[in-house]
Amino acid sequence: MTEWWIELTSPVPHVLLVSAYMLVFMLVLIGCVAYVTFAERKVLGFMQVRVGPNRVGPRGLGQPIADAFKLMFKEMILPRDADRFLFRVAPLLSMTPALAAWAVIPFSENLRFADINAGLLYILAMTSLGVYGVIIAGWASNSKYALLGSLRSAAQIVAYEIAMGFALVGVLMASGSLRLGDIVGAQQGSVLNWYWLPLLPLFLTYLISGVAETNRAPFDVVEGESEIVAGFHVEYSGMGFAVFFLAEYANIILISGLTALLFLGGWLSPLEGIVPESVLHVPYLGPVLASGPHWFVAKTCFFIFCFLWFRATFPRYRYDQIMRLGWKVLLPLTLVWIFVEGVLLYFELPPWFD
Amino acid sequence: MPELHHYTMNFGPQHPAAHGVLRLVLEMEGEVVRHADPHIGLLHRATEKLAESKPYNHSIGYMDRLDYVSMMCNEHAYILAIEKLAGIQVPERAQYIRVMFDEITRILNHLLWLGAHALDIGAMTVFLYAFREREDLMDCYEAVSGTRMHATYYRPGGVHRDLPDEMPQYAESRWHERQQVERLNRARSGSLLDFIEDFTQRFPSCVDEYETLLTENRIWKQRTVDIGVVSPERALQLGFTGPMLRGSGVEWDLRRKQPYEVYEKLDFRIPVGVNGDCYDRYLVRIEEMRQSNAIVRQCVDWLRSHSGPVMTDEHKIAPPEREKMKMGMEELIHHFKLFTEGYCLPQGEVYCAIEHPKGEFGIYLVSDGANKPYRLKIRAPGFAHLAALDEMSRGHMLADVVAIIGTQDIVFGEVDR
Repeated sequence: MTEWWIELTSPVPHVLLVSAYMLVFMLVLIGCVAYVTFAERKVLGFMQVRVGPNRVGPRGLGQPIADAFKLMFKEMILPRDADRFLFRVAPLLSMTPALAAWAVIPFSENLRFADINAGLLYILAMTSLGVYGVIIAGWASNSKYALLGSLRSAAQIVAYEIAMGFALVGVLMASGSLRLGDIVGAQQGSVLNWYWLPLLPLFLTYLISGVAETNRAPFDVVEGESEIVAGFHVEYSGMGFAVFFLAEYANIILISGLTALLFLGGWLSPLEGIVPESVLHVPYLGPVLASGPHWFVAKTCFFIFCFLWFRATFPRYRYDQIMRLGWKVLLPLTLVWIFVEGVLLYFELPPWFD
Repeated sequence: MPELHHYTMNFGPQHPAAHGVLRLVLEMEGEVVRHADPHIGLLHRATEKLAESKPYNHSIGYMDRLDYVSMMCNEHAYILAIEKLAGIQVPERAQYIRVMFDEITRILNHLLWLGAHALDIGAMTVFLYAFREREDLMDCYEAVSGTRMHATYYRPGGVHRDLPDEMPQYAESRWHERQQVERLNRARSGSLLDFIEDFTQRFPSCVDEYETLLTENRIWKQRTVDIGVVSPERALQLGFTGPMLRGSGVEWDLRRKQPYEVYEKLDFRIPVGVNGDCYDRYLVRIEEMRQSNAIVRQCVDWLRSHSGPVMTDEHKIAPPEREKMKMGMEELIHHFKLFTEGYCLPQGEVYCAIEHPKGEFGIYLVSDGANKPYRLKIRAPGFAHLAALDEMSRGHMLADVVAIIGTQDIVFGEVDR
């Protein structure tokens, strides 16, 4: 934080200041979520030889705002035999963890909300909590489609949480820290020092599990459009539906951001060690090439794009095939690689583990 | 407390994978289907009964609306039945036009099937790719008949009119800039035949495009291989026809076994599956699209070099030319009789079937000598296929039921009639 800003805000109580930051950040995040939905429709549109939304505002940019307003003014229908309390609470339960996890995400070396030394564990805890929203929504709706969806979701998330956890263990072993800042710091050097290379199988496992965790194609059996219509949120309308929708996309951004942090060097510049030091001091050009939050954002955007790309490309797995992939392929793969990594660590193989 | 093993689930009629108005009552054990009970009749429009109260030609349009994704093929069976009973000869050029449009219709149908099937299994992009090509074929329909779907183009004795010399073109507007319009109109500058020829040249690479997305895709294979297996014997017993039968390895195609129109003069091959599962049926239909494309190509070549009438000159069945009608007494009488009373067919009954994109589409026509049928029975291939849904999906999972409905290529217009 720059000096003048600290001076300007010094009379404001700390609690108020942090709350204000958080409020601003939430709003920015929800705005990002809204525009990820727009990006999804546009990217899918271009991949599918059509134009996507282009009516509201210039180039269709007003579309997410219009959608939000439409959903806000729609009636939230409560099914007759639904559990009134749980039905209303479920969307919040899936939205809150998706937003809360952002507390520990570092955007650059000192741009973050909280610097917990067990940041990775906190994130794991938060992302696992999201499944309660899905399960409770499915149960509270009192509909067979919704129940099937939530059962599928419970099984799927448990299976992939484990593979994901093991992938994180690999990162933890390599960096020797649970602090996200330290994990990124340990990847310093060049593109080849980032963990995607030494931990390639874990990187891929994490990415695949991430897609499965967020219930996105090709693992979207939880809301499988053509099988169980919309799965757990089939009975939701209006704002209830919108909140589930927001949670899904907030999770996508979160998982993309995490992948960037853990395996792709977070805010580190890929030009590190390639461009001579003097170039980084050139005005205007230098800060762009140097490490900074913009690289983190760019990497996150890349993974978000991958999510959309997968959706446009792949058919949907069947429920039992997802289970097989999780338990019989990804889990053994991570276990084997953790062992290999242990051996490499023991012998302190340069350049990653020395 | 009683122990519950099964529960029932209502699948449709409002369901994204119900292909129209299928209502399926599934008896499930967890995710596994124990019994599937398809309910029909939600799209019943009494086509057969309606036909009994109308002169023969009035029902051609109803035939379009049976299987509303392969319109001209439905017409074709009906027209052939009338021609067979009346014993009229159709000019060769009309036969070629009919065959060409039958095959265009087959591509239209298979494209929609491919898109819907892939969408059911979760691959959404194929759907839009398929619709891109469908649009061009719809334009062929439009050029020749004025409508994109329900053409009513075939008539007893030939086809309604000859192929047009120019294609409808796009015009510049708020939504289409000049360059875009020029690009869209490039293939449309010549006659309809030029446009179709251009399409046949483009189309094989389009099919390759769909195949890159699906054929070797592991997820696609996992979802379709060994799903809904039907043995050749069972397929015959169940009354399967078309790609459903050929997917099981039975080489049966009416275009070859009971050639109608000019199919015996054309060079094409019949693809046959091996395992009788969803994947084989997929491969069969993909190859059929390529073969149809080749047939269309041959028809275009023939039609270019052979001109001639496209309607019989038997004016008891087909109206005379308008100019002649204005000048001659005989023609005027024919015209008047045809457009007030229609024509009468000799007493008798006839069954006429064609190789429809979905299977054997047959028309059984009974005439008592009046100007309308005494009884019209439609043999729709989809009906027999739907009846086998229970057998095909038993023991599979819920997601497989969707794949099986997709592979059967069900259209309720013809199932419910």
